Amino acid sequence: MHANAVPDAERVLELVIQSTRAVLEQRGATLPDTIGRDTALFGQNGLLDSIGIVTLMVDIEQNVFDRFHASIQLADDRAMSQRSSPFRSVGALTDFILSLLNGGA
Amino acid sequence: MTPEPVALITGTRKGIGKYLAEHYVKRGFHTEGCSREPVDWSLDRYTHHCTDVADESGVRAMLDSIRERHGRLDVLINNAGIASMNHCLLTPLATAERIFRTNAIGPFLLIRESAKVMKRRNYGRIVNLGTVATPLKLEGESMYAASKAAVESMTRILARELAPFGITVNLVGPTPIQTDLIRGVPQQKIQAIIDQLAVKRLGRFEDVSNAIDFFIRPESDYITGQVLYLGGA
Repeated sequence: MHANAVPDAERVLELVIQSTRAVLEQRGATLPDTIGRDTALFGQNGLLDSIGIVTLMVDIEQNVFDRFHASIQLADDRAMSQRSSPFRSVGALTDFILSLLNGGA
Repeated sequence: MTPEPVALITGTRKGIGKYLAEHYVKRGFHTEGCSREPVDWSLDRYTHHCTDVADESGVRAMLDSIRERHGRLDVLINNAGIASMNHCLLTPLATAERIFRTNAIGPFLLIRESAKVMKRRNYGRIVNLGTVATPLKLEGESMYAASKAAVESMTRILARELAPFGITVNLVGPTPIQTDLIRGVPQQKIQAIIDQLAVKRLGRFEDVSNAIDFFIRPESDYITGQVLYLGGA
């Protein structure tokens, strides 16, 4: 990860929500009234199918690069696990991105 | 965004890669290339990266640079490769690992990072280079042929994974061509390979670019996951 100043949690959450909305719009899906930390991204009540998740991850990597000039890698072996996937919800994904921006994960 | 198409070719320092860089520059592509060492030649509309294809952070930095400068990537040609002619009983582990890192892990990293850029425009053409050593089961080339067999398998599967993003993935398997890769191979061994081909001659650079040209045409959007061996192997 190569970053300048690490952005705060609020800005990362906003980026995740905006990116999620953009993917849903691209895919012609119905947008929920609200998207927040508890919104499930995939699984039984999730907003996205597997291709949607892949698209979202790639878009987020590029949006993080464009907005924060930080290069992160969201590939993770737990990606498709409903229990431990860092992509299972908006909140989990936000926390995962923050940990990468802080040099962890 | 760059108005002309952009191609990325790995292993452009010499041999087929250098020829392909010249070929696609002539055909109007903004061509990006890489090798571990710098090149001793230059071309208009060609940018070189000193990148090892098996180095994840180097590959990511190269694709970030392409995305920032061009905003697009149309074609990826996974050409970089190394070979080692040896009996398996005499092949060191370090050699086996080196061959797999460059020949199989490298293309995986290049495809993964390139597809992220291609996906933005829902368009991409990926061509991997294999070898006739795989179908011909050439003795003394077990790790080289196996590493290229891995790329063949990757080609067929990634064609399916990347189809939803408008990206095709195909493989061209050249016959021996007079390059450094076969410099140390005895002439009788080369002749034995040629004898197993339908067309009994060494390959030419133009044979390779002709097959790649076909796969990367915009009209070839319905052709993916295919393996094309040259010379009738």
